[in-house]
Amino acid sequence: MAEAANQSIKKSGRRFGESCIISWLTVCAAVSVITTAAIIGLLLKESLVFFENVSPADFFFGTSWVPILKPSSYGVLPLVWGTLQVTIGAAIVAIPLGLACAIYLSEYASPKMRAYIKPVLELLAGIPTIVYGYFALTFVTPILRSIFPDVQVFNSLSAAIVVGIMILPMIATLSDNALRAVPESLRQGAYALGATSYEVTTKVVVPAGLSGVMASFLLAISRAIGETMAVTIAAGQTPNLSLSMFESIQTMTAYIVQVSLGDTPAGGIAYQTLFAVGGLLFIITLLINIVSQLVLSKYREVYE
Amino acid sequence: MSLMSEKEKKNLRNRQRKSLYFSRLCAAVTWSSVFLLCVLIYQVSVDGLSWIDWQFISSFPSRFPERAGIKSALVGTLWLIGLIAIISIPIGVSSALYLEEFTKPGKLNKFIEVNISNLAGVPSIVYGILGLAIFVRFFALERSLLSGALTMSLLILPVIIIASREAIRTVPMSIRQAAYSLGATRWQTAWAHVLPASFPGIMTGVILALSRAIGETAPLIIIGALTFVAFLPEGPMDSFTAMPIQIYNWISRPQQDFHDLAAAGIIVLLLVLLIMNATAIYIRNKTERRLK
Repeated sequence: MAEAANQSIKKSGRRFGESCIISWLTVCAAVSVITTAAIIGLLLKESLVFFENVSPADFFFGTSWVPILKPSSYGVLPLVWGTLQVTIGAAIVAIPLGLACAIYLSEYASPKMRAYIKPVLELLAGIPTIVYGYFALTFVTPILRSIFPDVQVFNSLSAAIVVGIMILPMIATLSDNALRAVPESLRQGAYALGATSYEVTTKVVVPAGLSGVMASFLLAISRAIGETMAVTIAAGQTPNLSLSMFESIQTMTAYIVQVSLGDTPAGGIAYQTLFAVGGLLFIITLLINIVSQLVLSKYREVYE
Repeated sequence: MSLMSEKEKKNLRNRQRKSLYFSRLCAAVTWSSVFLLCVLIYQVSVDGLSWIDWQFISSFPSRFPERAGIKSALVGTLWLIGLIAIISIPIGVSSALYLEEFTKPGKLNKFIEVNISNLAGVPSIVYGILGLAIFVRFFALERSLLSGALTMSLLILPVIIIASREAIRTVPMSIRQAAYSLGATRWQTAWAHVLPASFPGIMTGVILALSRAIGETAPLIIIGALTFVAFLPEGPMDSFTAMPIQIYNWISRPQQDFHDLAAAGIIVLLLVLLIMNATAIYIRNKTERRLK
């Protein structure tokens, strides 16, 4: 009897419906895995086609990027340099300012002040990048040009400043979270030894939350590398290995936009550059993200 | 008799002064970033506000700045939001439910988790390349609203999943145990108890993810949204333009008038974002009260 009852429960429609639903949920969870596989597979496949036509040595170490005009040349270094210029500039702007914001929010601001400032930072972070591009071109660049007359209309300096402003809220909010996770007892211990608030912050709180702070820097840098619209608008479309930040450059992302805006026929070598440059971009950002996760998990100081 | 020598007192004063300056510096930096937001909004308003009128909202783009409008871009963006919501919300919330309620912590779970957090860090332009190759070319959906919406859905999926998981995790275990003890199955528990309880959190995450999608330009440019559209899309298979694309088009022209038009477009875009964020906050507050 008991066994029969068990059987009827197992066979009831409810259980069947339930297993259908669970299969559906599994499929949904698989979508993200499939997306990752698709990105990697696609970039790999098309890049391999590209490297049949262009030798990897020419691509990675060539210093001239002329993909569309003849004679063409596919050295990616100028694009990588453009991206690097903007990213380093942005990091120089955003890291000290973002950390100062985070320290103010977690160590000095009253709860009421925090309640006002945090949403403002979130608003800044939520503004579409195209708006920052507009801001760079119509506000930052004219100011730069009035200070340094030889700044070009499109220049990497203005792009770097604006991308720095863009990633600042990210550093500020993530580092603030990391600093606030440092237990109060550590601060009180330092104060009890007679330290000033400056010493408590720089010698106790920041070192204790360093893994989170470093991870926020890395995430922000990876975001700056992948940033597209602001640099496309502000920094121009000239692949350039110059050291000067006053000149027009082209980043990897800006190149991808340029190719897409033109009517590139599928299958041509210009179309394949899209995947080679995109693949390089993907690998760089992925590596930085993985390192930031490692920093978070390996160097986290755990306090009871 | 003083406990400190003159030298020690001086040292202490210096340390205290340094500390004071440091705190003021941090405060100044924070306030200047707040100030920056004001400058940004002020700048855009000065340039664009005078261009915003009914004519701007209800006109198609034009070669003449005084006749140009944002109608097709606005309608395109609204279509996109709708389609993205239909595609990404069920998939995202289901993934989150699966990961939180239907698997045990283990290698597979960990693998999917790492996967999602890495996807969240992939630059948006790479999603554009993926969409171009998969949806536009391989599935031959052409440069349609559907291609755009599918690409954007993949882009915001990690954000929705992460936010939903956090919301689901805050539901107390006792609610699940009560449901199980009454004989509910896992799905009944998840559907009738866990999901409603985590609804405010999920909604907030979803709306924030959607507002990110609205502002994204790069993936749409890559998959080939048009920049000059003088018609309204009538179905998911039509070609389209969207607000950020239209704004980019206006910015990239040299004439000052078009730059001002871009500013006007930015104001409309920011207004749409503001309305969405306000809705998110409203929903959160309202549902939170009901659940208590």
